[in-house]
Amino acid sequence: MGYTWGWYVVSPWSAKGQTNLAFLLSGLGWTVSLALCAIAVSVVLGLAIALLGLAKHRLVRGVSRVYVEALRSIPMLVMVLWVFYGLPVVLGITLDVFAAGVVALALCDSAFEAEIFRAGIQSIERGQWDGARALGMRWGQAMRRIILPQALKRMTPALTNRAIEIFKMSTLASAVAYVELLQQAKLIASLNFNPIEAYSAVAVIFFVFLWPLVQFTYLLERRLKRDE
Amino acid sequence: MTLLSVSGLTKRFGQNEVLRGIDLEVSQGERIAILGASGSGKSTLLRCLNRLEAPSSGSVVVDGVDLLDPRTDINHARQRIGMVFQSFNLYPHMTALGNVTLALRKVAGKSRSEADALGRAALARVGLADRAGHTPGQLSGGQQQRVAIARAIALEPRVMLFDEPTSALDPELVGSVLGVMRDLRESGMTMLVVSHEMGFARNAADRVVFMDEGAIVEEGTPGVIFEAPGHERTRSFIGQIQRH
Repeated sequence: MGYTWGWYVVSPWSAKGQTNLAFLLSGLGWTVSLALCAIAVSVVLGLAIALLGLAKHRLVRGVSRVYVEALRSIPMLVMVLWVFYGLPVVLGITLDVFAAGVVALALCDSAFEAEIFRAGIQSIERGQWDGARALGMRWGQAMRRIILPQALKRMTPALTNRAIEIFKMSTLASAVAYVELLQQAKLIASLNFNPIEAYSAVAVIFFVFLWPLVQFTYLLERRLKRDE
Repeated sequence: MTLLSVSGLTKRFGQNEVLRGIDLEVSQGERIAILGASGSGKSTLLRCLNRLEAPSSGSVVVDGVDLLDPRTDINHARQRIGMVFQSFNLYPHMTALGNVTLALRKVAGKSRSEADALGRAALARVGLADRAGHTPGQLSGGQQQRVAIARAIALEPRVMLFDEPTSALDPELVGSVLGVMRDLRESGMTMLVVSHEMGFARNAADRVVFMDEGAIVEEGTPGVIFEAPGHERTRSFIGQIQRH
């Protein structure tokens, strides 16, 4: 196959490469803001769903269960397309590409976050509940002051893994033309006919950005093992 | 004066009847030791007395408050009923002082400075004034259990429930916890103690209650229960214990 290599289009040592890299990196900020917003929404949503899943009432637990099972099975790309194109038609809610990306990623991710929260909360020994309730603490006080702080510590590696996943999945928002890293790379690729170089640059940028986070989760896991 | 009154108390877990009609009256200042083999329902009885376990039927009245009345604010009532557990159940992410002051601040509504002063006083009562800043992980088992006792007495309960407080401790650490319990006894605290610690039952209890298969088989002064038990089950239990 006749592919004409042209690494200069993304090389930091050529003028054209520098322009293109600056263009790519301008998308990185949007990648980061999309991912951070999605993670924030997803963590709150996931905790709420997890708490419903621990409720006394069977019906309430059922709602949580259905939410988790349904959203865990929907591919994120499908969700992105559905929220952006489907919501305006079905519910009359029109979201811009950024909001649609945040909602779609957060919805899908919240199901996984909920499972992490549920498992984390359930991993705390019953004695901790006894110790709190016997002193007259309400359920919410015990959860907030005693159970969640301990559970969060155990959950941090899993939550960080999800955050890494969301950073990578934010590229799916390019499917609705959200201007982030991958979308910028698509433009560069089509202008220069050098898709492999452009996408390689995206991969390298993601790697440089996420590798420290991955190392951080290893560090956390080692710490937790040592503490327990 | 009767401080705690239990009548017709039953507890079922599914088909399994763990408590079969318990009647028990405890006077103000009385020290009760509850003995019985594993699975006789001692711990469940104790856990019903602050409704950590919801009784299936019967009544529990503590300090004039009917714990099973749906209108009773159970969290308010629990401040009057201190409980100490076999596994301490201290909050591992907080210091000893944090453990003692949390309920003072969040349940009793004390200010931080007030709670700190009460918390330090409670730690001093159990001989751990100098460990206020340590986390449970930095303390020995005996010290942890004494922090747990401080945590309970800081709320100034009318009655203290001890659920096998020394069973998880290395033998050389049991003495310090029993010492604190003896001090509490001297101060006139009403206490119900589930324990395998026969020394406490024999020397520090006013009355010994012997349970078997979810019922109170026999009760009496330590002298009677240990020297001249009336019931066959009590005799064989005491006999087994004393052979060890």
